[in-house]
Amino acid sequence: MTPSADHGLDVAAIKRDFPLLSRSCHDNPIVYLDSAATSQKPRVVLDSMTEYYETINANVHRGAYQIADLASRKMEAARANLADFIGAPDTREVVFTRNATESVNLVAFTWGRANLHDGDAIVLTELEHHANIVPWQMLAAERDIELRWIPVDAEGHLDLTDLERLLDGAKLLAFSAMSNVLGTLTPVRFLSDAAHAAGATVLVDASQYVPHLPTDVAALGCDFLVFTGHKMCGPTGVGVLWARAELLEAMPPFNGGGAMILKVTKEGFTTNEIPWKFEAGTPAIAEIIGLGAAVDYLRDIGMDAVRAHEVSLTAYALRTLTERHGDRITIHGPSEPASRGGVLSFEFGDIHPHDVSQVLDQKGVCVRAGHHCAKPLMAIMGVNATSRASLYLYNDESDVDQLSAALDDAADMFAI
Amino acid sequence: MPGLEDLYREIILDHYRNPRNRGELETPPAHRAEGFNPLCGDEVVVYVDVDDDGVIQDIRIGGQGCSISQSSASMMSAAVKGKTVEEARALTRAFKAMMSIHENELGGDPDEPVEIPEGVTLGDLEALRGVVKFPVRIKCATLSWNTLSSGLDAVSV
Ligand SMILES: Cc1ncc(COP(=O)(O)O)c(C=O)c1O
Repeated sequence: MTPSADHGLDVAAIKRDFPLLSRSCHDNPIVYLDSAATSQKPRVVLDSMTEYYETINANVHRGAYQIADLASRKMEAARANLADFIGAPDTREVVFTRNATESVNLVAFTWGRANLHDGDAIVLTELEHHANIVPWQMLAAERDIELRWIPVDAEGHLDLTDLERLLDGAKLLAFSAMSNVLGTLTPVRFLSDAAHAAGATVLVDASQYVPHLPTDVAALGCDFLVFTGHKMCGPTGVGVLWARAELLEAMPPFNGGGAMILKVTKEGFTTNEIPWKFEAGTPAIAEIIGLGAAVDYLRDIGMDAVRAHEVSLTAYALRTLTERHGDRITIHGPSEPASRGGVLSFEFGDIHPHDVSQVLDQKGVCVRAGHHCAKPLMAIMGVNATSRASLYLYNDESDVDQLSAALDDAADMFAI
Repeated sequence: MPGLEDLYREIILDHYRNPRNRGELETPPAHRAEGFNPLCGDEVVVYVDVDDDGVIQDIRIGGQGCSISQSSASMMSAAVKGKTVEEARALTRAFKAMMSIHENELGGDPDEPVEIPEGVTLGDLEALRGVVKFPVRIKCATLSWNTLSSGLDAVSV
């Protein structure tokens, strides 16, 4: 294994923290390059969930007995931990959802329905994942709401030439902090400020950002931030919505049921305080605790170190793949590693991405093929599908080398 | 490449590289049907021209996709051209039966024979048999056949 050179991450040791990374696929050691879809989970996360089930499993917020109290406290400690991880000033600002998709839908359903009316406009970008498109289209279809799109340029950056005009009169700007297709990092602070100056509220889809970069909601300047646990070493089934407390206070509730109420009579109900107002029913207790453990794990390693590692590994990958494969590889997205994350969408000769990933799979190399839930962006790129390799803290130069070598097999197989 | 020789047979790659009956037909008289694989974004367009005697006089394939979906479409076009609608439907059933071997292995009785309708020979299409070992790709192989079926349904009404 290549020792990690200049960024202080002991990747060999990190790999050993992730049980799955010791398995093989088709008799080759696994080379996992699909963390943009979901990350692998370190043993501490798995252990934290097992420990919950084995020692304090009880429903939260409702029991007076010891383990119910322990479970509730453990879950609320995870909430405080998440708040700290993203620089939220108030723990009550962290709402647990099922995933980033549900977080966006929550905002569209509650804030959106209370604040967006006929004739209003929502500004999105052409980089968005379907999770940050379809909920707004659903709302727009219900009311007479205009959707406007900030375009992307040829390198995959947002083209902000017309920003002022696009924001004029808009009520909401909703955009991704990092593209899950091109890796593009967007100017979150700049866009937030511009939107606020125009009187618009700002939602940031940070699903690909929080797992990879130090995050501070105050510095980002947005009003809503959504992300998903399973892409940041946490389990599936838990996501986060962060919003400023006064926004959450003013929003109507989302799902109705237990835990989100203070009082219910036959005549009606009063809602609970934030954040529980938005958390009807039994939450994903074990998963929330697991996400808390994931945050501990990432914090111990250090998000600055994670980011530095990914920048240098992305630079290595861009260089290695281009040098070895020359004209037959086209890597989409920004060419400058500092302005992007480690998501590499590429085309390889005229081999269809499905075939590329099939051949790579035979060598244990896991990459995604398809439209990556961003069809409008794919249409603009003029492709139906790409292959996508995405990097995380447990990847190293040898993983990139394996990818590069397996691409030679694909070239042989399809004679390009 | 070891492990993939069952999938990427030479004849499959040949049809992928040199697709038969690519193009369009004028509609009408031909019928046009579209099929999509939402998973990977593959799309196939099938044009069929059926005469008054129910014979497929001509067929053309458009769209784009992976080697399996494209070669399957190409082989299909060669196999059904000149056949009657009924024969094409029988061939479709036979092909789908071949593709469902895997489901039998997973769910039902593994020894249960795959039912290929009597009197139907798959010919070159047998080369796609290896796809069943790669369940994810079965949808690629059947895309053009499903599209042909909906095209023929439109002809029959
Ligand atoms: C940018 C972006 N937004 C939203 C999502 C949706 O995440 P989830 O499926 O966990 O809701 C993803 C992940 O696929 C993503 O990459």
